[in-house]
Amino acid sequence: MLKNKENRIMKVVIYVVCIFLAALSILPFWIMIVNATRSTTEIQQHAISLIPSSYMMNNIKILLGKSFNPAVGFMNSIIISVGATGLALYFSSLTAYAQVAYNWRLRNVFFSFIMVVMMIPAQVTMIGFYQMVYKIHMTNRLSMLILPAIASPTMVFFMRQYLQPTLSMEIVQSARIDGAKEFMIFNRIVLPIMKPAIATQAIFSFVASWNNLFTPLVLLTDQKKYTMPIMVSLLKGDIYKTEYGSIYMGLTLTVLPLFIVYFLLSKYIIAGVALGGVKG
Amino acid sequence: MKSKKPGYDRYAKYGYIFSIPFVVAFLLFSLYPTVYTAVIGFTDLKGLGMTDIHFLTDDLFRNFKTVLSSPSFQQAFKNTVGIWVANFIPQMLLALLLAAWFTDRRSKVKGQGVFKVLLYMPNIITAATIAILFSGFFGYPMGPVNDLLVRFGFTDKPIELLRSKAVARGVVIFIQTWMWYGSTMITLISGILGISTEIFESAEVDGANRVQTFFYITLPNVKTIMLFTLVTSLIGGLNMFDIPRLFQDGKPDDATLTTSLFIYKQAFSGSYMYNRAAAASMVMFVIIAILSAIMFFVMRDKDEAELKKQIKRQQKEYRMRQKAGKENA
Repeated sequence: MLKNKENRIMKVVIYVVCIFLAALSILPFWIMIVNATRSTTEIQQHAISLIPSSYMMNNIKILLGKSFNPAVGFMNSIIISVGATGLALYFSSLTAYAQVAYNWRLRNVFFSFIMVVMMIPAQVTMIGFYQMVYKIHMTNRLSMLILPAIASPTMVFFMRQYLQPTLSMEIVQSARIDGAKEFMIFNRIVLPIMKPAIATQAIFSFVASWNNLFTPLVLLTDQKKYTMPIMVSLLKGDIYKTEYGSIYMGLTLTVLPLFIVYFLLSKYIIAGVALGGVKG
Repeated sequence: MKSKKPGYDRYAKYGYIFSIPFVVAFLLFSLYPTVYTAVIGFTDLKGLGMTDIHFLTDDLFRNFKTVLSSPSFQQAFKNTVGIWVANFIPQMLLALLLAAWFTDRRSKVKGQGVFKVLLYMPNIITAATIAILFSGFFGYPMGPVNDLLVRFGFTDKPIELLRSKAVARGVVIFIQTWMWYGSTMITLISGILGISTEIFESAEVDGANRVQTFFYITLPNVKTIMLFTLVTSLIGGLNMFDIPRLFQDGKPDDATLTTSLFIYKQAFSGSYMYNRAAAASMVMFVIIAILSAIMFFVMRDKDEAELKKQIKRQQKEYRMRQKAGKENA
């Protein structure tokens, strides 16, 4: 009897804490979205409200009347994120396949090397990268934000971990007997086998690329090339100083695509996090 | 089947061929910039748009000395480590508590899927957006936080909260914790679920209570995952940029200045000190490289290490047996 009562109290505590934390996750975004529909005067009177108002269109109009251009930011971010994710996925799978399928002399050395450089962030080498890109007059080129993704050590590591137990060399051998070339075997047989790993890595790579602020901030100076996070940083400048409603509107517009992606794919994302190693 | 071995080697060259794109991209976009950053650290390169480098002639290490003795860099380093520690401890404790609750066989918490999705959510949202959102929340004179303080009578007039160093730093720490505990929790849950249920069952039979089970079974079994989280979080924390940059841009009075922000400001504002920024980058590079090395030893194929141990043990046993055999003879 006593045990049962204790258990019930415990359960109540757990649910209270969890609901509190869940509210803590939602509330900031809720206030943001509600304020995006309120006028600046309303916000100045009471900055917190849980009920939407009717100034949404007005806020959008003020927002778009200045330098904030979500359409341009959205397009640039899409180009970079899709390009970088695509390259990272394809070439990481290829590099991982080279690790698992072939017996070459430098294989283990190469893998150790990948593990060593895996954790080194791009930020600490940014000065050299910027100088290099500047010298060849490639700042403001989106390609400079896409091509480096070909070498993604972390992704190679996870692709290899996935492929190691999954790939059966017998399938590869029989394809060889049928006369398939090595490159074709990778494209036609191995890539489809890797689909689950590719899907998981695709989500995280895309989100990381979408949210990246540092590299674009350093390389892009042309307003037409700005990505979404740089567009967001404009909201902090002087141009929107007191237009609170439009600032909240701008913030809302930038996270809307992420919310949609997250709630559509949350099951896979949570499963992906559980696999570990997607820390920023 | 006999031809398997030579046949295998015939294909070995594809291992090299398929690794070429990675290697080329790595050399071009990672290694070269790294070396170049190191080189710039020893030069007089500064000024917007300058690219010509001249090595320092009077004192090759001048940039490094300037950076290391700069109060601003020292403050930035202290802030970075301080903010990381202050965010990691509550993050790990909260994640451990939630993971223990969610995996508890006796409580069987319902709605776990929904809770996981909601608690993890802040992690996926653009950090730049979150920083500006929170900066707005603490706005003066009329931000939501001030609105609450006035409405509930904590204060008569709005307060300029972000002029306080402690508040500014505290908010950055809160944002970091809030963004990351969900991720740590999910990683820990998957680690705990990987422990064999038999261990938990026998603990239950032996009459262990929740607390005992947690400290004697759960915790020791997720040690490696915790260490992994610690090192990856530390490396991420040492590079903290988006939030301090867009929350208060290091203000007030350098209270939220991090090393990454210091490097950025040195190189891309004021007098464009690429050389000093490069020297500071290299200091951080060395620290992170050491941490990565630790990580490498932790994550090295554990099975392999286990196998080597076993081989050694067998060799030892074999030798012992031989010795014993000789003695018997």
